[in-house]
Amino acid sequence: MILRPSTLALLLISLLVTGFSLTAGFHAMGIHDRWDPASGSEEQLELERKTYLISTIMNYVFPLELLSLILLLYTADELHPLFTGAMCAAGTLAVNPYGYPALLVKIVTALLAGVWLIMNHLDSRAFDYPLIRTKYLFLTLMMPLLVVECVLLFSYFSGIKPDIITSCCGSLFSHDSPTLSGDLISLPPVIMQALFFSAMALALLSGILFYRTGRYGQLFSALAAVTFPVSIASIISFIGLYIYELPSHHCPFCLLQKEYHFIGYFLYVPLFIGAVSGISARVISPFSANPSLRRIVPDTRRYLTLVTIICYLLFTLIATVEMIISPLKL
Amino acid sequence: MIRTGERQRNILEFALSSLHRRRGRNLSLLAMYVLIIFVLASLLFFVSALKREAALVLHDAPDLIVQRMIAGRQELIPVEYGAEIASIRGVAEVRSRLWGYYFDSWNGANYTVIAHNSPTGTEGGAAIGSGVARSRKVKVGEMFPLRTPGTEPLLLEVKTIFPDSSDLRAADLIIISTADFSRLFNFPVGKVTDLAVTVTNVRELPTVAAKIASLHPDSRPILKSEIQRTYQSIFDWRGGMTLLILLSAVLSFIIFAWDRATGLSAEERKEIGILKSIGWETSDVLLLKFWEGCAISLPAFLLGVILAYGHVFFLSAPLFSQALKGWSILYPRFQLVPVVDISQLLVLFFLTVIPYTTATIIPSWRTATIDPDAAMRS
Repeated sequence: MILRPSTLALLLISLLVTGFSLTAGFHAMGIHDRWDPASGSEEQLELERKTYLISTIMNYVFPLELLSLILLLYTADELHPLFTGAMCAAGTLAVNPYGYPALLVKIVTALLAGVWLIMNHLDSRAFDYPLIRTKYLFLTLMMPLLVVECVLLFSYFSGIKPDIITSCCGSLFSHDSPTLSGDLISLPPVIMQALFFSAMALALLSGILFYRTGRYGQLFSALAAVTFPVSIASIISFIGLYIYELPSHHCPFCLLQKEYHFIGYFLYVPLFIGAVSGISARVISPFSANPSLRRIVPDTRRYLTLVTIICYLLFTLIATVEMIISPLKL
Repeated sequence: MIRTGERQRNILEFALSSLHRRRGRNLSLLAMYVLIIFVLASLLFFVSALKREAALVLHDAPDLIVQRMIAGRQELIPVEYGAEIASIRGVAEVRSRLWGYYFDSWNGANYTVIAHNSPTGTEGGAAIGSGVARSRKVKVGEMFPLRTPGTEPLLLEVKTIFPDSSDLRAADLIIISTADFSRLFNFPVGKVTDLAVTVTNVRELPTVAAKIASLHPDSRPILKSEIQRTYQSIFDWRGGMTLLILLSAVLSFIIFAWDRATGLSAEERKEIGILKSIGWETSDVLLLKFWEGCAISLPAFLLGVILAYGHVFFLSAPLFSQALKGWSILYPRFQLVPVVDISQLLVLFFLTVIPYTTATIIPSWRTATIDPDAAMRS
């Protein structure tokens, strides 16, 4: 177990998020089952009051989930000097089998949390809560994921043992201790470059087309969703190499270090926001069938598309500038 | 967009004026809030500044130290080990080190004695740290005795006193010549305390260490990185333990805040009732509560952090130093170098503001969903 302010903060946040989400989810199930806007009964009034509670809780808890994703990356990076051979967060997360699953589940919940917040915002703009059942069903489905995340995070941090000098057995070298590698499997750079730039170009083009004409919205969202994993694979495959100026260093985490001016945060944050907006634009499109949302949904979709275009452009710009100014040529 | 901004501004203004109306109550809450943030921030700043100092001190340590272990205890190492280690490929230099501790029964202090020929020049001379000079009340040019295992004490003349700025490393240090060192401790010939190994390529360190361990199974190679890690872990552990203890204080503060937020006065209930009856919606009241929370949390956070900064970096953290620094008769005096980064502030925010806000969510919702009719009648 590592007692560090940042790990304690992460565990505290995880407990808060899970505890509050479970409470909200519990109420959400009741609302999902018994919601009847036509009724004026005492029960319906009580349920309406509870929707305020759930919205308030989730509006508070889900941004925390997004912030704590950044803190998890930062903490994993900060802990690396404690382990033999760990050079960055990649090594720290590999210390025990819970590290990477915890990070992956956290990324997925953070993505879903973003989508949920956008849905909730949309719902609050209409006068008759048209999305109440949908968004509470979504919330209830997210519950197990949040619990899994909390358990993984606890298992990860409680299973961590730093390699330190102990007075009895001394050096680590008396027995062969395995060292941790900082590299991940990467795809060939040339193929990835072609794939990345074409995916990005298509996503941006379809985004602009949708923004201006209102057509090809579904295509845009699909492309935006695909571009997210492609971009992360590209960071591992070639963007990282240019930043590290090393043809052999494929690491998505060293970018977060001070030596590289924390450039990773400037790449990952826009990419993440872009992906959430792009995916949400697709998720909310069927809601325009609701009479009270008929005018709000298209506006929101256009707005989300604009956010994705700006964020993805920013990501591409930073990556391209790094590739151009880097002394490394592949 | 403009209308939303205006709504937010109006509600913020109302929140501020309502806080002002109950200023006695809110100031006491603010005071406790500031205190909690101050204590936690001081702890975080202090631990990270100590870790930084430790890292700086260890920066010049040798890459690898080789000790010899017998029956689980550290023993003196034969000089020949050094020659054999020097022949390992990749080793640049092996230095024999002679050092030890001297217990001064006169004042109960422990000195670190190192044998080195350069700063003292000749036999009979010594370079001493400012802590030693203070406790022994000696100046440059004066003599001072140290007891030896034999009958004759060793008389040393102070040649140099290290400046106060090097206190962290040198407060308890005495540097004497190799011959004086042997006499002082009756040190066996052909043995040294340990070996400092320098390696040409740092990446080969683990391999070199493994080779040394297999060459001499009774030896214990210790890497600089291991020492650094151990120090970091010790400070983390001390800081973490203190933080855990302090979290109970945070918890009591949360209970206090919860209690505050739940126990609405009749006057407040009436106020919310009136607001709702003149057309405020539940979401407006929630927004009001949100702005009230911000108006308390933000100043509390800033004030707490600023006070903690002064406490740690200008006053050297008198509240925590005893618990976290460790102790010694000749404790070095040092001023911590101010370092605060965003991550510390983020962690601090997570540990203080978030729990506070959490404690007030459900009470705020209860307040906001009060039935106006019932509230005004009460």
